[in-house]
Amino acid sequence: MSRIVMGIETSCDETGVGIVELADGQAPRLLADEVASSVEQHARFGGVVPEVASRAHLEAMEPMVRRACATAGVALGELDAIAVTAGPGLAGALLVGVAAAKAYSAALDVPLYGVNHLAGHVAVDTLEHGPLPRPCLSLLVSGGHTQLLRVDDVASGITELGSTVDDAAGEAYDKVARVLGLPYPGGPPIDKAARDGDPDAIAFPRGMTGPSDAAFDFSFSGLKTAVARWVEAAERRGETIPVGDVCASFQEAVADVLTAKAVSAAQRTGVHTLVISGGVAANSRLAALARQRCAEAGVELRVPRPRLCTDNGAMIAALGAHVVAAGGKPSGLDFSPDPALPVDTVTV
Amino acid sequence: MPVGLRVAVRLCGVLVLALDTSTPAVTAGVVALGSDIDVLASRVTVDARAHGELITPHLQDAVAAAGATLRDVHAVVCGAGPGPYTGLRAGMVSAAALAHGLDVPAYPVCSLDATAAEVGSPGPFLVVSDARRREVYWARYGTDGLRVSGPRVDVPSEVDVAGVSYAAGDGARLYEGRLGDGAVRPVEPRYPSVRGLVACAAEALRSGAAPDALTPLYLRKPHAKQPGERKRVSA
Ligand SMILES: [Zn+2]
Repeated sequence: MSRIVMGIETSCDETGVGIVELADGQAPRLLADEVASSVEQHARFGGVVPEVASRAHLEAMEPMVRRACATAGVALGELDAIAVTAGPGLAGALLVGVAAAKAYSAALDVPLYGVNHLAGHVAVDTLEHGPLPRPCLSLLVSGGHTQLLRVDDVASGITELGSTVDDAAGEAYDKVARVLGLPYPGGPPIDKAARDGDPDAIAFPRGMTGPSDAAFDFSFSGLKTAVARWVEAAERRGETIPVGDVCASFQEAVADVLTAKAVSAAQRTGVHTLVISGGVAANSRLAALARQRCAEAGVELRVPRPRLCTDNGAMIAALGAHVVAAGGKPSGLDFSPDPALPVDTVTV
Repeated sequence: MPVGLRVAVRLCGVLVLALDTSTPAVTAGVVALGSDIDVLASRVTVDARAHGELITPHLQDAVAAAGATLRDVHAVVCGAGPGPYTGLRAGMVSAAALAHGLDVPAYPVCSLDATAAEVGSPGPFLVVSDARRREVYWARYGTDGLRVSGPRVDVPSEVDVAGVSYAAGDGARLYEGRLGDGAVRPVEPRYPSVRGLVACAAEALRSGAAPDALTPLYLRKPHAKQPGERKRVSA
């Protein structure tokens, strides 16, 4: 028996609607992945403006559902279940997707599953690489999150091993980009500029790597400040800023800490598979260093293609399909989105 | 109303779902629309923080209480504000999704007009609703009860009260004494009603006119600051 699951994602600035097909005993298969982004509307503010994002979600919601159905070749009436991001994320943004999902669920008379955005980032990998080994580790890195997770069952059993104590990795990229006069979001322009730079030119600090620091937590606030200080000092001396070197050295510090902690977590917990997901997973240096270190440590590395790493509806549909397959209980139509939903709560 | 009569009204009219989340009242109902507007069932909860939780369950409850199912619905009418954004969006996106899911049209109406439609006394009058941030959404209605100006958002002291002696809407009560220095008396209703919402769309529904786009009446630009000069981290 095959079932069709639609996923709706509105936790930040992307309105995502994905559709997957679930056949018994198999990983879900991607049928559609439509995303409308309001990122350009936020660029001049240097960060996501919640009210702007919420307005964009309302405008894009129904068009994205229509487009996803058209792409998948599925009529709304053929959907068997709906999944929606219940958190974590921006309160007003989450609310638009959750309210829409409830109304679709009522109108189509299909069950609704409120699911965890972070778990969705892990589940999305099954669309590309098949079922996840149990257990596996997941490193989630994006503008909103930096977390190291142990995944025993993506539909129900996720534990946080560590997370950032201050800025998310992607946030540090945005802030460093601003220091260097590069556009928002900072990930792609820094990655590009770093290609012409020397990653060893400047020794930027590696946060939370001291002997008494929590082994699997991260900190990027000190790194961001160190970059700003370095740039300001060079400016004061009247020097031209070597943007390539600064970017390469900053990016090296980020990738070094992320991959070192992820691989060490795999070794210390005896887990042999690492999934890296989230927008920063598209970063070329992070991917290269992770490949190298995982190979050295005998850890299998899985990174979904960039399109699936950033926020999208396919990841929510994929997670919803896993929950449906596991016989999870639907959420009902009166739950509230939770902007701070903890990662160990996969469904609400 | 006896169930038999309800069925008769349904047979010669159409079933319309109405909802509004532009005020603290989460309002949902089902109406038989023929030559009259017959409210079959409604569910209203005044809770400014529960729009997203209550609106769809309220609609389901109202439809069930009317002895119908959502599949029997022919159209959706939705208050498009003005109203505080987060709550307003919960209703509007629900209306859009319901209409899409049921494959029926969704008609937006100005929520202040829906309140005005239920004012018992003759015009001119105002409808004033709470816009938070010490401001009000308001519109002015003429002797025929039709809107002559607005909707606008202003501080209460800037509302045009000339020649008006009463105002409906929760804002009229909240700012009683500050609208025309107390010369404007608050009257019922405080919130848009199911009947008022459908009344505002009745002509379009009866004639089968195409609905306008479901666009919320925000009236204000998003609150966002452009970043200033970057702060230096070193002295
Ligand atoms: Zn994300």
